Amino acid sequence: MTEDSAQRLEVQAPEVSAAKARRWGSFYFMEHMLRSMRAYAVTIIVTSVGNPLLYLFSMGVGLASIVDRSPTAHFAGVGYLAFAAPALLVSSSVMTCANEMMFPVMDGFKWRRIYYGPHVTPLVPGQLAAGHVMAVGVRLLVQCSVFFLIMLAFGAAVSPTSWLIIPIGVLAGMAFGTPLMAYAARIEKENFQFSMIQRFIVMPLFLFSGTFYPLETMPRAMQWIGWISPLWHGNQLGRLATIGLTEPLWLVAVHVVYLAALGVIGMIWARRNYARRMNA
Amino acid sequence: MVTSVRAAQPVITARNLVKAYGDVNAVDGISFDVPAGESFGLLGPNGAGKSTTMRMIGGVSQRTSGQLDIMGLDPELQGPEVRAHLGVVPQQDNLDEELRVRDNLIIYGRYFGLSRSYLAQRADELLEFAQLEDKAKARVDSLSGGMKRRLTIARSLINDPKILLLDEPTTGLDPQARHVLWDRLFRLKERGVTLVLTTHYMDEAEQLCDRLIVVDKGQIMAEGSPAELIRKHSSREVLEVRFGTDRNAAAADQLDGTGDRIEVLPDRVLVYSENGEESLEVIRARGLRPMTSLVRRASLEDVFLRLTGRSLID
Amino acid sequence: MSILHDDDYILAPDRRPLSALYSRNARAVIERGFRVIKSQNWVVLVSGFFEPVFYLLSMGIGLGRLVGSVQGPSGAPISYAAYIAPALLAVSAMNGAIYDSTWNIFFKMHFGKLYQSMLYTSLGPFDIAVGEIFMALFRGFLYALGFTGVMAVMGLIATPWALLLVPAAVTVAFGFASFGMAITSYMKTFQQMDVITFVMLPMFLFSATFYPLSVYPEPVQWVVEALPLWHGVELMREISTGAFSVLTLVHLLYYLVMILVGLAFTTRRLRALFLR
Repeated sequence: MTEDSAQRLEVQAPEVSAAKARRWGSFYFMEHMLRSMRAYAVTIIVTSVGNPLLYLFSMGVGLASIVDRSPTAHFAGVGYLAFAAPALLVSSSVMTCANEMMFPVMDGFKWRRIYYGPHVTPLVPGQLAAGHVMAVGVRLLVQCSVFFLIMLAFGAAVSPTSWLIIPIGVLAGMAFGTPLMAYAARIEKENFQFSMIQRFIVMPLFLFSGTFYPLETMPRAMQWIGWISPLWHGNQLGRLATIGLTEPLWLVAVHVVYLAALGVIGMIWARRNYARRMNA
Repeated sequence: MVTSVRAAQPVITARNLVKAYGDVNAVDGISFDVPAGESFGLLGPNGAGKSTTMRMIGGVSQRTSGQLDIMGLDPELQGPEVRAHLGVVPQQDNLDEELRVRDNLIIYGRYFGLSRSYLAQRADELLEFAQLEDKAKARVDSLSGGMKRRLTIARSLINDPKILLLDEPTTGLDPQARHVLWDRLFRLKERGVTLVLTTHYMDEAEQLCDRLIVVDKGQIMAEGSPAELIRKHSSREVLEVRFGTDRNAAAADQLDGTGDRIEVLPDRVLVYSENGEESLEVIRARGLRPMTSLVRRASLEDVFLRLTGRSLID
Repeated sequence: MSILHDDDYILAPDRRPLSALYSRNARAVIERGFRVIKSQNWVVLVSGFFEPVFYLLSMGIGLGRLVGSVQGPSGAPISYAAYIAPALLAVSAMNGAIYDSTWNIFFKMHFGKLYQSMLYTSLGPFDIAVGEIFMALFRGFLYALGFTGVMAVMGLIATPWALLLVPAAVTVAFGFASFGMAITSYMKTFQQMDVITFVMLPMFLFSATFYPLSVYPEPVQWVVEALPLWHGVELMREISTGAFSVLTLVHLLYYLVMILVGLAFTTRRLRALFLR
């Protein structure tokens, strides 16, 4: 605190700070979130590498050995490993995104109140929501890329458009994650809502969205779960990209529009809920 | 006051207590005695080792070395036996958030093996004591901070303890609640309950403690009654004069001999003296004109700052 | 509320073994557990039951259509759903017990601060450990009962021996719970807790849960056969079909040893876990 030192440090004019924050605020907060992810960087890396290895090996290789033997099972002309792999990538992205949009959001509003530090700077609540989403997006991008590389190593991605599975994974994650974020921002008291979401929404979506077998294999009465599930739309897009699954064009369009719409609506809703809660 | 016939034997005897976390000694060779019925204070800055000492007394933290005797038993070897006679108010409320207010008292009492019929009655008494009768069925997380603190204190009395350990009992309470608590603690003391407390509030220590130790960096810096400590480590009065931030240091050079001791702070100069008004006269006679001046009695806070220093400790 | 005198301040020691850690009052911890169950939202308690059921529906029905029938423990073919159902019960017993003895303990220790308040009473760490393990097993018992009921409704039970699935699930849970606490005593941060997940997930995926062990090369089979979950899965499968052999005894013995070693281990680690 040497007030009268010869070279005084000049702070940038407040107007400049405000203007920069208006423009780049979301990115400033994204940086904050990414830095805080470093606390569990080891976990992120180990799961990003470990999960694909474990799942591809146990499902794609182990389970495949009894599925591929069966005369009734055929998957768009490829083996079970190649059939399940893109869906496993999309599932892992959706589950990661779900986790990043529940407890960390609650942490921001309630437990460690990390949103309330930036809230008294020129940043506005909507930028906090956007920054949080972008940081999670970065994590998903890394995770999906690693998963894709491991798929390649397993020989589970045969089509030249296979790399598209990366953006598809991120998109599916966000389609599920941003509405969840908007909901989490409304929770005042955590009374096991997140465990309930985990058990009654995330887990059933993982199991009933045509991840392990084509949706049509399930009894007709349960197929509607797939139609509304971002996971199924993501799985189908993923299979289009990696194994050349054929679908009518209109259905492909439905997949894309459905996922994009969920992501955008979720984002708008989340920004509104952040502003409402923080400016209340 | 309850005075015992023979010189009260110590109910807590600590000899060379050490608690090491890694290569840091949180408690570094502390020894003290607490006689029955005494109200004994541990004062010290954050991280001085007060809470760790309390935890070792309760036998919930293993000491690295040294001896500890609570009512004739070693709390580390006879934890349940010792704690059956302790009441504990921890620094941070650790109420059972999954239970309702009254159930917090009852279940806590069950941990002492107390009967349900005793607890039903005792819980109601304590709810009244804590002025929480109409919150009996409420959830703990719906209580305000002050209410939670009162409930924690009520809970510590469920087993009618002989020794009450209070770790910063009034931090976070408003002045009304503090005074109510002091009153309740004084009543317990009158019944012969031994109180051991840590606090940051010097007025609280002066109010409640018969005797106290000042702890810093795990070691005892001073020991005695509040009045003794003030006599020994401070003057009777303190004169605070301000000359303006730029001029305090220069003015202080001219204050030699106006008091027992001069302390220069960035914003003011303290003159420790037996008679503050007289010192002020002397200062004025030397032609110095302080912007403001204040004469007050020396307090435990002066002793505390003298012994533990003024730099921030975290 | 009498006035205390000096004589009141002299205590007699308790000379029973383990008296430093145990006050023979685990029932107070259990009583708390039941009171929490009573005052908490029942949906939370019931929800734990659904996960294995969802797995059974998805894999058993959906994947079962593709796979058809597989070879059961007796050598006779059984439906894929009947093959994975007992395995899922073993997995769910393991998951519940591990969750209760690791995350739950860790959270109550470091965040809920529940154990700090318990330990300042005449309870010892052993009372808390016994009480919490009991509550974990009680929940495991309820879920096993429910799941066995679902199996019956789906027509996956062909023998009265299947009733033994419930006590067997509790045994599996006991094996994992008795070890979990000792392991938690080494954990200091949330990040370290993730290690538990890294160990559990491969065990779940590779312990012959969804397909027979024979798909692996022989050395891998040996590794899997050393893992506790595989013994649980096989034990359950044998019970569900009533196809007992000398191996059934081996599985049971495995768990007996696991429980005893785990309890001894946990008891040794109680001070490190609770009395820091």
